[in-house]
Amino acid sequence: MQWETVIGLEIHTQLATRSKIFSGAATAFGAAPNSQACAIDLGLPGVLPVLNAEAVRLAVRFGKAIGASVAHRSVFARKNYFYPDLPKGYQISQYELPIVGEGQVQIVLADGTVKSIGVTRAHLEEDAGKSLHDDRLGGGGYSGIDLNRAGTPLLEIVSEPDMRSPQEAVAYARKIHQLVRWIGISDGNMQEGSFRIDANVSIRPHGQMRFGTRAEIKNINSFRFLERAIQFEVERQIEVLEGGGTLVQETRLYDAERDETRSMRSKEEAHDYRYFPDPDLLPLELDAAFIVDAVADLPELPDVKRERFHTQYDLGEYDASQLTASRELADYFETVARASGEPKLAANWINGELAAALNRAELEIGQSPVSAERLADLLKRILDGTLSGKLAKQVFEAMWSGAGDADQIIEEQGLRQITDSGALETMIAAIVAANPAQVEQYRAGKDKVFGFFVGQVMKESKGKANPQQVNAILKRMLAPSD
Amino acid sequence: MSLDASDIEKIAHLARLAIAPESIERYAVDLSNILDLVARMDAIDTTGVTPMAHPLHMSQRLRADRVVDSDQRELFQSIAPLTEDGLYLVPKVID
Repeated sequence: MQWETVIGLEIHTQLATRSKIFSGAATAFGAAPNSQACAIDLGLPGVLPVLNAEAVRLAVRFGKAIGASVAHRSVFARKNYFYPDLPKGYQISQYELPIVGEGQVQIVLADGTVKSIGVTRAHLEEDAGKSLHDDRLGGGGYSGIDLNRAGTPLLEIVSEPDMRSPQEAVAYARKIHQLVRWIGISDGNMQEGSFRIDANVSIRPHGQMRFGTRAEIKNINSFRFLERAIQFEVERQIEVLEGGGTLVQETRLYDAERDETRSMRSKEEAHDYRYFPDPDLLPLELDAAFIVDAVADLPELPDVKRERFHTQYDLGEYDASQLTASRELADYFETVARASGEPKLAANWINGELAAALNRAELEIGQSPVSAERLADLLKRILDGTLSGKLAKQVFEAMWSGAGDADQIIEEQGLRQITDSGALETMIAAIVAANPAQVEQYRAGKDKVFGFFVGQVMKESKGKANPQQVNAILKRMLAPSD
Repeated sequence: MSLDASDIEKIAHLARLAIAPESIERYAVDLSNILDLVARMDAIDTTGVTPMAHPLHMSQRLRADRVVDSDQRELFQSIAPLTEDGLYLVPKVID
């Protein structure tokens, strides 16, 4: 049977505030255990939560960035469950009236297709603390609780079940990750837990409208794991159904070491959350001025920029989407494109040589040893014929390792391309004369021998001969003499 | 609406409340009565009435994003039954 995969994601992104969502304790990562957990975070008797204006402002920015309606009135609710890292016995979240309503984002697939993914809602909530399982604690039989993270502001972004493959899910998650950093609402640091993904995965026979029974895979903290977890889960579900079994709706955990998902039965009964409006918090009412202020300095958004790169610079969708992966990269590209006057060449170099070098060195664009201005200078030397593509790569490598700017390197290492046709003709004539057997083969119709001559010329010129000129001269000299 | 003994047991479990078996019947009656009152209110036509989220007719005040709470771990942990290396210790929990 042909199965269709259906995926929806819930993404918890930590909002970049200094203090917690309902208290004045710090949110800094890596502090000593419980040194940033105040009386409110601990849920001590008599305390009251007071909402952080900045968390609200950041949520509003997100709503506007995905074209969603931002609620003028939203309500905080208690989500009730018991777990040691949740001191109050409930999490303050939003349920029926979230701050951000329906919106959408666009993803670009590997083949350049653009697809819209619906965002159902996004709501503000507080994070829980962290449980540490270490057998040595208390001499054994204990878990340690660190409540520094309790009360950290989160925006939970819930998607529609619009994704049909693990790749689409990854593209969407990356898109949200790009966006939250782009608009400055989260650092998106996945190692530190600032961006965590839950995936709802189900399958159904192709053509069936009704959704299949879904499994929720919790707390995925990398894009690679997201893809693998969904892949595994889809295969598992197919196996169960094709083996005549039935699926149960359940929460599962992805184990990266074994590359599998496992049922978390202990959490099942906890799903009865008994939400109700939190009497400690009044409804959140936002006036138009607050919303206008929150988005006044929103930068050009990635989709808009991508579309502009596509039309203004005539780049393909894929190139345009790669170059708008982050604001820093987009700015870098525009600097190179403007300074060199050749946007397409700039795109090729940035998505090619530069991206590969950054990848190898595990650097972000902001840390690139080759500045945008210097890359533009290099491209200018390709455009004016000083460098062939191959020589340019050599110069790029020298620039990368700090040997100076393009002109300096060309001068010092004598990398100027040979375009003097007289010199090239003399060199090529000598090579042709020295290889009569190959000349004969070529003239007898063995076209492949042409490459041999090009190779000889490049060897003789130390790679500096202008390839187009070499081709033209060789063709002329090798033509049958009649 | 009337609740039976198993409803009461489930509610008590979700709230982590220990209830003596002999009082289950009384809770069932009391809670059912409350639900009956809600049912009577449900019968009222509330078309056009915005659901109330809070009894006070006010909206939430916001605070500025400033860190004002300093580390008081020593004080807070002085009343905790068990701590180690700054962590609160609880009976082992496993997912």
